[in-house]
Formats: sequence, structure tokens, C-alpha cells
Amino acid sequence: MRKYWHVISIGVQNNLAYRVNFLARALFGFVPLLAMLYLWRTIYEGKGGATATIGGFTLAQMISYYLAVQIVDALTAVNEDDWAIAADIKDGLISQFLLKPVDYLWYRLCLFSAGRMTYIGVVALPLTLFILCFHDHFMLPPSWSQLGWFGVSLGLTALLQFLISYTMAMLAFWVLEVSTFIFILYAFEYLASGHLFPLNILPPWLQEVMFYTPFPYQLYFPVSIYLGEATGPKLWQGLAMQVFWVALAYCGARLMWARGIRKYSAVGG
Amino acid sequence: MPEPRPCGPLSRYASIYLALVKNSAAREMGFKSNFLLWIVVDLLWFALQVCFISVLYLHTDNIGTWTKWQVVLLTAASNFIQQIFQALFLVNLTNLSELVRQGKLDFLLLLPANTRFIVSLRQVDLGGLVNASAAVAVMVYAAHQLDLHPSALQVTGFVVLCLLGVLIHYFLMTLLAATCFWTVKAQGIVWGYYNLFNIARMPDEAFQRGLFKTFFTLAIPMLLVSNVPTRVLAGKLESPGTLVLMLVMAVVCGVFSELGWRASLRRYTSASS
Repeated sequence: MRKYWHVISIGVQNNLAYRVNFLARALFGFVPLLAMLYLWRTIYEGKGGATATIGGFTLAQMISYYLAVQIVDALTAVNEDDWAIAADIKDGLISQFLLKPVDYLWYRLCLFSAGRMTYIGVVALPLTLFILCFHDHFMLPPSWSQLGWFGVSLGLTALLQFLISYTMAMLAFWVLEVSTFIFILYAFEYLASGHLFPLNILPPWLQEVMFYTPFPYQLYFPVSIYLGEATGPKLWQGLAMQVFWVALAYCGARLMWARGIRKYSAVGG
Repeated sequence: MPEPRPCGPLSRYASIYLALVKNSAAREMGFKSNFLLWIVVDLLWFALQVCFISVLYLHTDNIGTWTKWQVVLLTAASNFIQQIFQALFLVNLTNLSELVRQGKLDFLLLLPANTRFIVSLRQVDLGGLVNASAAVAVMVYAAHQLDLHPSALQVTGFVVLCLLGVLIHYFLMTLLAATCFWTVKAQGIVWGYYNLFNIARMPDEAFQRGLFKTFFTLAIPMLLVSNVPTRVLAGKLESPGTLVLMLVMAVVCGVFSELGWRASLRRYTSASS
């Protein structure tokens, strides 16, 4: 176990070297978010202001939705881990893991957590300030238990995000350039996970289709717990589905690795 | 060896550029499937934006005075500008930080041509041109839905303003990319520019008077870049003052960009090999 703690600590140090990059990324990210919030405010005003609802959301709920998305994203989003994994495979750097008693998936998971910890360390302050600017509209979870389940769901979300990216990066065993595949998946994620807009403004049949995919569990579901939308049986079912997708993605990741290793060959070193 | 023909600088640069285009085409064709997949990726993201608008307009009829198909027209115009920018400049500007980090800029500085020209236009991303034509197709469809019959003058004005928009993107992105002379690793900052594209495709009336609107009109003119050409095409232009404003902002950005580039180049110290 100690060796993995060591990986995390090295990962944090490595990531700290890019703190300006992280900060720039976060600050630039606020710009389209702000634009989006203004866009919604204008739409709500066109419909009669604070009392209007769209997809069951008031303006305050809509704004809280986007802000909660930012929080979940900061805590769980994969940031270049997939590219790094693909590069490790392409450049033959994984050879050393075949010889050492270190499991590559755990090693990568440690680096992913280290990346997230550093990222949060850097963006916590600007993100908090940003949210405070919208304190009039920002809502907290309705109860402590809801906040607790939100935390549980966040953990599962992070695992799901990581495992899906890991599985995708395994494609590097077979194709030279994985970025296109990653971006195609990312486009679907962006829509179906509720990043672009809350899924409840979609036509009901389309919402239903979305919930057969793992995407809503990568973002929309934890946010809906946060907002107090998912309670009771909806909460349990959602969490069960999240566990199911995490388990499936884990199996997928292991399978792809096992398959890939058979195909893998490294030259030089 | 034939003697090099004496020729003016313009035709000399044109022939250099032609060579660069040929070189890029050969390079892209080396990875055909990858080339096609990138086109798919960009088309998908474009479709995503149009999807978003369709979903928004399920719940509202107007954003300010902008109707659904007008916003589709705006998105397509914005995508058109972005794709042309991507075809001509984007790869080159994102590569700048690598050139600086590895000291490869040395070789480009030694070439007997304007360094900014070479750095900015070295590679052409031909996929961008394919996607730009997809954007044109969506614009034509949206114009049909709006029952628009733009005059030749309107169309010409639209094209000229779009190119001006491309230039504004180029000027600003150069400034941003040039920060790599200070920070060495500027890739995060450069990719951050994608976030500004997100604003360029928003209808300007989504923002009421305020700091945000002023900043993105008069400091970083993102709200002019696609909105002004679209307004011209859709006959939504409120006053000719907007046209002048966009022109002035383009010139201002151009001047700052050149000054910034020169100041940055002076910082360059190569890298030990």
C-alpha cells in the first residue's frame, strides 16, 4: 500500500509544477459559464422572471445546477490522464510496469487522485469566490443526509470517469492516434452527462434513452442529489446504477488491458 | 540550376505559402483515417451546438430579439469563422510553445522570410476547410428557414466581416500564445482560447448592458466577431456604427498583437541542445 501513497505524493508534486496552467484553465472556464448563466437569465426574464420555470427549474435552481456542475467537475473530471496513458503505451513506458510489482491501473488511479487534489487546491479559492458572486441564487443541499449521499455519489462518479477514460486510452494498443476517439466520446458525454444543460429540459423520451447510458452517472446524477431532485427510491436506484456502471467499466478496463498486453511489443528502452 | 526569377514580395510569399499548403496536404494524407476522424469530431461538436439551440427553443421563442433560426445562423457563422481560423492558424499557434521550449524557433528565425509569417502559417489544417463548408450548408438552410434573400452587397459584406473575424481571432490568439516566451508551457492558456469561441456564438442580446458585455465588446471583441456578420446577413443591423466599431476593434487588436509579438520575440533565448 505504501508504494501507492508514494505515487500520489509524487503525482501531487508533478502537478504543482503546472499550477499556473490549472489556474488559467479554471479562470478561462468561468468565462463561458458566466455567459451561459447570463443566457439563462435572459431567457427566464423573457418568460416572466423569477417565478417562471423551465423543465421544472426556477432560475435559482438553474443557476445552482450549473454551479454544482462546476463543483462536481472540479472534483471528478479527468484531466489529460487519458492522453498520458495513451502516451505511456505508445512510447513503451508501460514495459516497466510489466516487470515491477506495481499494478498499472492502481498506479494511474493514484496519479488521477493526485491530479484532482492539486487541481482542487489551486481552484478552490477562485471557484468559491465565483459561487459567492451568485450567492443570491445559489442553493445548498436540502439536508445533511442529502449532502452525505452527494459525497458518496461523487466518489463513484470519479471512479466512473477515471475507468471510462482508462478503458478508452487502452485503444492506444491498437491505433496510433486515440485523441479522435476520446473527443468523439467526450462530445457524447458533454451532452448526455448534463454538462451543457440539465437533462430535464429534454423531451421525456430522450431523457429516458439517456438514462440507459452511463453518461448521466458521470455528472447529472450527483448534481441532482445535490439539488434534492433525487430522493427516496430514485436515489437508491441511481446509486445502484452508478455502482453497476463502475463495476462494468472496471471489468472493461481490465479486459482491454489483458487483451492489449497480448498485442503489445516494445522496442529498445 | 535555373536562376531565381526576381519577383515582388507578394508573389514570393504567395509561392512560399503554396509550398506550405502542398507540404501540409502531403502530411495529412499520410494519416488518412485520422484526417477523416478529425472532421467527424468537429462536425459532431458543431451538431452539439445546434442541438443545444433546438433544446433551448423548445422552452422559449426568443432570446432578446433573436429567433431560433437566426441563432442557428449565428452558430453556423461562428463555426465558419472558427473553422477558417483553425485551418489557417490554430495548429501553428498552439505549436509555438513547443518551438520555444525545444529551441526549434532558431531554425525559423534563420529563414529568409518574415518570422511571424512562417510561425503563423507553417501548417494548414485542411480538415478545417471541409468543416467550414459544412457550416456554409447549415447557414444556407437556416437562411432558407428564415426566408432570407440577401443582396449581393449583404453577402459580400458578410464574407468580408467573417474574414475580419478570423483576423481578430488570430490577433488575440497570437498575443495569448506569445505568453509562452515567459511561461514556456503555454498550452493550457492557448486551449483556454476555446472558451472564448464559446462566447462568440452567443447572441449578443443574451447579455444586458454591463461589465461582461462591455468587456467582450470593447476589450476582447468576442461579441462582435460573429454577431456583426450575422446581423448584416439577416438584415438585423441596427446602425452602421456597429460595422465601424468592428473595423476599429480589428485594427486595435492588430496593433497590439504586432507590438506584443515583437516584445515577446525579444525575450527569446533559445534552448541548449
